[in-house]
Amino acid sequence: MNAPPPRLPKLTVNGCDHAVAAPPDARLSTVLRDRLGLTGTKLGCDAGDCGACTVLVDGAQACACLVPLAQAEGVAVLTVEGLAALPMGMALQSAFQALGAAQCGYCTPGMLMAAMALLQAVPRPDEAQVMAALGGVLCRCTGYRKIIEAVMAAHRFLEAPAAVPPAAGAAVGSRMARADGWPKLDGTERYGADSAPADALWLRPIRSPHARARFTLGDMAPLVARHPGLHRVLTAADVPGRNGYGIYPDIKDQPVFAEGLVRYRGDMVCALVGEREALDAIRTDELPLTWEVLPPLADPLAALAEGAPPLHQRWLDNVLTTGRVVQGDAAAALAASAHVAEGAWQTSFVEHAYIEPEAGWAQRIGDRIEVHASTQAPYMDLEEVAGVLGLPHESVRIVPTACGGGFGGKLDVAVQPMLAIAAWLLRRPVRATWSRAESMASSTKRHPARITARAGCDAEGRLTALEFEGIYDTGAYASWGPTVAGRVPAHSTGPYRVPHVRSRARAVLTNHPPSGAFRGFGVPQAAIAQEALWDRLADAAGIDRLEFRHINALRAGDSTATGQVITHSAGLAACLEALRPRWTALRAEAATANAGGGPLRHGVGIACMWYGIGNTGMSNPSTMRVTLEPGGRPTFHNGAVDIGQGSTTVLLQIAADALGLPANAFALVLGDTDLTADAGKTSASRQTFVSGRAAMEAGLALRDAILLRANAGPEARLALADGVLMVDGRPLHLDTPLEGTGRFDPPTTPLDANGQGVPYATYGFAAQIAALAVDTELGIVHLQRIVAAHDVGRAINPLLVEGQIEGGIAQGIGLALMEEYLPGRTENLHDYLIPTIGDVPVIETILIEDPEPLGPYGAKGIGEPALVPTAPAIFSAIRDATGAEITRVPALPHRILEALPR
Amino acid sequence: MAAYRRPESLAEALALLAEAPAPPLLLAGGTDLYPARAAAEAWGRMESRPVLDLSAIRETAGMSDAGDHTRIGARVTWAALREAPLPPWFDALRSAATRVGGAQVQNRATLVGNLCNASPAADGVPPLLALDAAIELASRRGTRRLPLGEFLAGNRRTALAPDEIATAVLVPHAAPGARAGFEKLGARSYLVISIVMAAAVIELAEGRIARARISVGACSPVALRLAGLETELRGMTVAEAPAVLRADHLAALSPIDDVRATASYRRQAAQVLLRRLLTRLAAPAIREAA
Repeated sequence: MNAPPPRLPKLTVNGCDHAVAAPPDARLSTVLRDRLGLTGTKLGCDAGDCGACTVLVDGAQACACLVPLAQAEGVAVLTVEGLAALPMGMALQSAFQALGAAQCGYCTPGMLMAAMALLQAVPRPDEAQVMAALGGVLCRCTGYRKIIEAVMAAHRFLEAPAAVPPAAGAAVGSRMARADGWPKLDGTERYGADSAPADALWLRPIRSPHARARFTLGDMAPLVARHPGLHRVLTAADVPGRNGYGIYPDIKDQPVFAEGLVRYRGDMVCALVGEREALDAIRTDELPLTWEVLPPLADPLAALAEGAPPLHQRWLDNVLTTGRVVQGDAAAALAASAHVAEGAWQTSFVEHAYIEPEAGWAQRIGDRIEVHASTQAPYMDLEEVAGVLGLPHESVRIVPTACGGGFGGKLDVAVQPMLAIAAWLLRRPVRATWSRAESMASSTKRHPARITARAGCDAEGRLTALEFEGIYDTGAYASWGPTVAGRVPAHSTGPYRVPHVRSRARAVLTNHPPSGAFRGFGVPQAAIAQEALWDRLADAAGIDRLEFRHINALRAGDSTATGQVITHSAGLAACLEALRPRWTALRAEAATANAGGGPLRHGVGIACMWYGIGNTGMSNPSTMRVTLEPGGRPTFHNGAVDIGQGSTTVLLQIAADALGLPANAFALVLGDTDLTADAGKTSASRQTFVSGRAAMEAGLALRDAILLRANAGPEARLALADGVLMVDGRPLHLDTPLEGTGRFDPPTTPLDANGQGVPYATYGFAAQIAALAVDTELGIVHLQRIVAAHDVGRAINPLLVEGQIEGGIAQGIGLALMEEYLPGRTENLHDYLIPTIGDVPVIETILIEDPEPLGPYGAKGIGEPALVPTAPAIFSAIRDATGAEITRVPALPHRILEALPR
Repeated sequence: MAAYRRPESLAEALALLAEAPAPPLLLAGGTDLYPARAAAEAWGRMESRPVLDLSAIRETAGMSDAGDHTRIGARVTWAALREAPLPPWFDALRSAATRVGGAQVQNRATLVGNLCNASPAADGVPPLLALDAAIELASRRGTRRLPLGEFLAGNRRTALAPDEIATAVLVPHAAPGARAGFEKLGARSYLVISIVMAAAVIELAEGRIARARISVGACSPVALRLAGLETELRGMTVAEAPAVLRADHLAALSPIDDVRATASYRRQAAQVLLRRLLTRLAAPAIREAA
């Protein structure tokens, strides 16, 4: 057979013709990105599971990762970059911006394109049509509700005037649209995989397929000789500095490249560095790599057993950390209690499933190294990179790219150390992007927990005591395991007065993927146990479940199990009071629905939460800076990474009101460790509270400097007119730059051996109601409604707060009903299920504002509080509907069926 | 054969296939091929087989009424099936077409590709088994037709010979007024691999069931027809049908434990889905909502 004459495939994208030098079976997604530079189309899985790469092919939505280039020839392709040229496309983008439908923005191009296909046929769709059209795109941030709202509202934005930005002094409390929103909507945002230089080499990790094994690497020279584009194979011997990293300064236990022993499936063995095509052609079995497979410790109970081999010589009993809180005499108090409930619960690994896989690039500039990567913690990345290269901190620059979702999973380094090593040694820019399978196998997870607990109350329903024992599977390396073990006992009572407490959590090492930080740091697992106990105690005492919680709710002036007196901003009782009418109404609706009988049983559940904002009993400062150049705009130097939650907008609102100029007058300098101070990591729901307070102080400091220069009083009004700063209507000409710096470190004290102290300066509180129906023949849960009341101190931006709550609830739904990561078995997004647009019901949000005096304008955090009560509220409702006690999480259909009372 | 070919005629495709030194990968909508490639490459198992893209073959486009059966060409996508004005006995297949993957997959993936991939959880199989569909296979040796149940040889195995291409699904006409339905159970709303599926096609004569064809998917390596149940239903009214169903009608199923559900759950859920399906088909307004 004769080969056809060579001919360049021709693509028509957004109305322009391109001749493309790519193989005909190349994925359209990679052609768009790598050949045409249209990086607005995002890659999330290369398997049609996530829909992030959705484009329109001849008007119909398609995953560009599943379309061979040859099949796209001769038909019109529309990508997100072409949307703004279409009136409905622009209207759709405007609706997304105004209504807060994009958070991290990574799924947004896919959502927009799927929505566009619908709107071209149905300009005013109903909710069911939107769900059907967008059902193939996964979002991990938003909880989908604002996306649905925006698509349904898009037609209104065909002629709507642009939103008016908040005036000076009016930013805090406004539903201001995201300051960084538009690049997420027009495809210009640059994520970890979008910005590497054209001449960058690629790095491809070689990872262990075994959970526990010894290995030897032979001579790499023949492999390098056989593949001319392979420049180098990096191994442990190549690490210039310390071959280890980890969250804690004294625990750098995770090697960049393993040294003859791997401890989990996904552990790093070595890395290939070279030209993309050459790396793509190398089969792993070509490597001189021999394995001696060892039996893994696949369960924390096995790891705790006598004689179990230690994962690390440092922890001979495989116990990484034990956290403890002891107050009073729990055993005696339980013995004297009118009612006692107890139980055992088991949860699973949960995968962050951010839609953006880990990606970035590094380059060496003289004797400095620069790493551009998707991250939640630039200064921690800086320390890790300095450590593995053996360089002083000032020789490292971290430039965060846009982050396509984190949820805790991008607090640990991923690509950063190995890219830095490669770029340093090869003196070439080097880039890497993890595949979905690699991301899922190698990245950290939520700790699976085995919890046993007992609790009691008196005849009036007042809680008397709690005994709590948690075994948390922390996997092969420490990561954030110590944080989880520390945080869980301090939160184990939930937001209630419990006078006698004996609580312990252990982080146990196993040959599983490292468990790390995931929205809630172990608290969501503990809340499942604790809230189930309260339901049983309430029933035993004959008290309504909401009222039982109201009786026991922590209030200002109460003391916690760590001996801390909560002095302000404890709005749980107010949350419950706000929910009470909805509780009553939804319970009545469920009772009516159940009166007819049938296999569908309706139920309503409730759960509460609290969450300490910031690090547990440890310093976690943030520094913010606002500057004003002569004749220029104010510039906000903000080192806090916005991973979609909205800190870039919220901190700007705070700084703007503190200074007294409108938020849209500011220039923003974000994240870059050369240009911004350390704001601390984006974790522990701390950026609004900690960095927000620092931003407020910075704005106030600059304001003071201006007022001093203008000799004006504290009430003076600032304005910018044609680049000139006006103070009370009079121009103030500056000859030198002015600046204001703010720093805040929440006041805490370390916990002692019994867990006594002040672990957090403030707490978020919330209560959520879940209304649902259980199909008692199939074990399927039909969620009908979530009502969420959250005490946020002050909602700096209610639009973004709602977005956090809706997104947290969606993740709580996943945790409760479907998410179970099994190493080696669910390493993709079709076997590992996260909620789709059809799985998140209507969410009603009620914001309670019990101001926190330490916070900026009274604000505290919301990121993690949103997720914690959802799963226990769902289980409470399942129990209400059917009597089934959910003790094995997630409550998959077969588990619910097994749990139904016979 | 070159690394990639996209012939426009069946003859050319069959010639390429016959002359290929090693069997190429057959590509249609790409919704199975590319995910498999990604999963393999993630662990360093690179795919080096050439690709024969069947998506431009003229002869396999479109659907047609061939007198006593409907011919569904191999290029017909789920979306095309979903939108086509097909007779009511296609309601189960149409319902499956609305629930397989998301809109992106429905727009690209083909029904024939779904059959050739031969997953135990293939959404197209139960509805087509209940329609006694056959698959048409072409090679330079000629054309043959196999009943779908014979074509599907096991988990990810078919009777497709190395030199053959599946060119069409042939669906015999059912009796006018036949009713059909499909039930799919998964752990989330969209983009979900079935835990259990059930499909039924019921033909009536003078108010009684003249023929019932019923299948269950994702509970055995290949979806199964329930012959015992079908026999018992003959002669009954549709209203009586749900009560006939017993556990022993599902005895031939061999469900497994996997990440989605347990075997015993699948067995029970299959029975529940079947009962509900029969109940639904007994109701007067039985056209499946698309």
